[in-house]
Amino acid sequence: MNGTPSIVQNQREEMLEIKGLQVKLEAEDKAILKGVDLSIGAGEVHAIMGPNGSGKSTLSYVLAGREGYVVTGGNATLEGQDLLELEPEARAAAGLFLAFQYPVEIPGVGNMTFLRTAVNAQRKTRGEEELSAAAFLKLVREQAKALKIDADMLKRPVNVGFSGGEKKRNEILQMAMLEPRMCILDETDSGLDVDAMKLVADGVNALRSAGRSFLVITHYQRLLDHIAPDFVHIMADGRIIKTGGPELALEVEQNGYADILAEVA
Amino acid sequence: MALPKLRQDATSARLSAMVLPAGANWAMEARRAAVGRVATSGLPQRRDEYWRYTDPASLVSVEAGAAAVLQDNETPVFDGFDRLRIVFVDGVFDAGASDDLRLTGIEIERLPEAMAKDIHWAKELYGVLEARGQKPVERPLAALNTAFATDGVVIRVTAKVSKPVNLVYLHRDNSSDVALHHLLRLEAGAEMTLLENGPAAARFSTVLETEIGDGARLHHIRVQGRDHERRAVTHCFARLGTQSHFKSFTLTLNGKLTRNECIVDLTGNDAVAHVAGAALGDGPDFLHDDTVFITHDALACESRQVFKKVLRNGATGVFQGKILVKPGAQKTDGYQISQSLLLDDDSQFLAKPELEIYADDVVCSHGSTSGAIDDTALFYLRSRGVPVQAATDLLVLAFLAEALDEIADMRIADDLRGRLEGWLARRRR
Repeated sequence: MNGTPSIVQNQREEMLEIKGLQVKLEAEDKAILKGVDLSIGAGEVHAIMGPNGSGKSTLSYVLAGREGYVVTGGNATLEGQDLLELEPEARAAAGLFLAFQYPVEIPGVGNMTFLRTAVNAQRKTRGEEELSAAAFLKLVREQAKALKIDADMLKRPVNVGFSGGEKKRNEILQMAMLEPRMCILDETDSGLDVDAMKLVADGVNALRSAGRSFLVITHYQRLLDHIAPDFVHIMADGRIIKTGGPELALEVEQNGYADILAEVA
Repeated sequence: MALPKLRQDATSARLSAMVLPAGANWAMEARRAAVGRVATSGLPQRRDEYWRYTDPASLVSVEAGAAAVLQDNETPVFDGFDRLRIVFVDGVFDAGASDDLRLTGIEIERLPEAMAKDIHWAKELYGVLEARGQKPVERPLAALNTAFATDGVVIRVTAKVSKPVNLVYLHRDNSSDVALHHLLRLEAGAEMTLLENGPAAARFSTVLETEIGDGARLHHIRVQGRDHERRAVTHCFARLGTQSHFKSFTLTLNGKLTRNECIVDLTGNDAVAHVAGAALGDGPDFLHDDTVFITHDALACESRQVFKKVLRNGATGVFQGKILVKPGAQKTDGYQISQSLLLDDDSQFLAKPELEIYADDVVCSHGSTSGAIDDTALFYLRSRGVPVQAATDLLVLAFLAEALDEIADMRIADDLRGRLEGWLARRRR
């Protein structure tokens, strides 16, 4: 049963709880998620791997509140709060962050303006005071430096003319600035060379803490060499079909998904 | 050739209802010649090639429709900037509200004063660019203005002017019908910024004829009045000399009908002309029309047309833009973009981009688009915690950015951006 507050010490605190989540596309009557169960505790890093079309990205979009999907069953809560009834901006303010697989280019909106608007919008929603221009600038410079994001990238329009690696680093910068509790990384490693992946992974690792959880969606094991997961889940045909430790990722890397799919079938 | 009856009747009715203002011989000749142009072409009708999307009836009619004066407490545009104000109230010069017209490097006179003088340089400009601008496309409402304009300014600029000149058009009378005509001559190497703002009248016609000498620079920034029911037709005729610059930007919010025509002749080599506009319209009673004609008639000139319109709740936007490259105007660099952001299915944007090129070594590009808010970008912003309304506003401002970037003065550009944000916030429901 959920909703029962617990005061027992050392008990695992829940962050993201997904139960029997079923989702179909709005445009066509096609089920994508067919009952996803996933429980992520505070401070944990989970990875979801799976073949193309298994529903990994859909899961991330549905959690973040993208339009075009219909939830037909199940639920998802963030720290006990029903996520699915919230608007996307309220989910963000509640502590959810999705690093996009394809970060969106927004011509005409400066990266800095975008960051500041987002940071202050969330603070306002949470009833906190907005950051002053000076405080914001100091913070963004520190975080940008760690991610090797130069002043020019901060001035340019959001993601416009950024390389693949720059876009992904920009996602991590946003994550660092927004300080979410639950971070979902949707194929953050796609389109990155080894150095860029290292930089992104370092950025993520720097944010790991007891109160912050990660859900890393990836095709490949190599990102998990840099961001060590506590749990690895295999997703196929809209369900999580197997859960294990980091060794599961290595198994996929060596043998592909065929064995696991055959095993559960 | 006699005009068709309907056009003849409408034209005769309007002309007979008007009185030529008095003036010196040359001025009266210029006015009578303009009456002749109106009588020959007739006043515009919906069937005319360049009036197909915008019904000119309310601009042609003898009586101007009433327009309620907008009551609000917003700080007037350009307040807070050091400038020389020239104030017109319902088209009448208000000396008390205006600043001292004396300023180094610039001579400012009122039109009736200049036209009363037997000898005045204004003779070489008044109605001259307007008459030239009647070909190949007739602009009878501009000629009508030349014939009957009652006030305006006559400005000669001889150096770099230290602060902008601001023509302020106040509107107090619900039924005022006003025609102002301005002349602006920049001598070689001179430079000035001209600001215009305010609704002026229930029905407002303004003509600006400007001669920009070799190496001279004119920055023109205009914010049209926000009165919801006002109607306006404006014409800007500019002739550019060698290596001169002309940058014009217009922001339009509200108004029942706005027709802004800009006719630019690049007659000296290496001249640069940028004409830009941003318009925000809300409701079925909003119609905004930009009609631009840029003629390249010299070597290596650059022209840019950047027009952006944000339309919702049944608002209509029109763009008719032409680049004409004359034979021999080699190395021309022409660019034209017209775009609309339609915030719902009820609004519409009608665009007619035209290129006519008679030289073989030119670069000309043009584009025109209509689209809705980008859902992907909207979700991206919302996923970062920006509420849907604020995210939409941010994307609207982003859409307008390319036009606002044409404002040379950063401080004024920032001020206008802030006002746009305020307008968007007020229009939220």
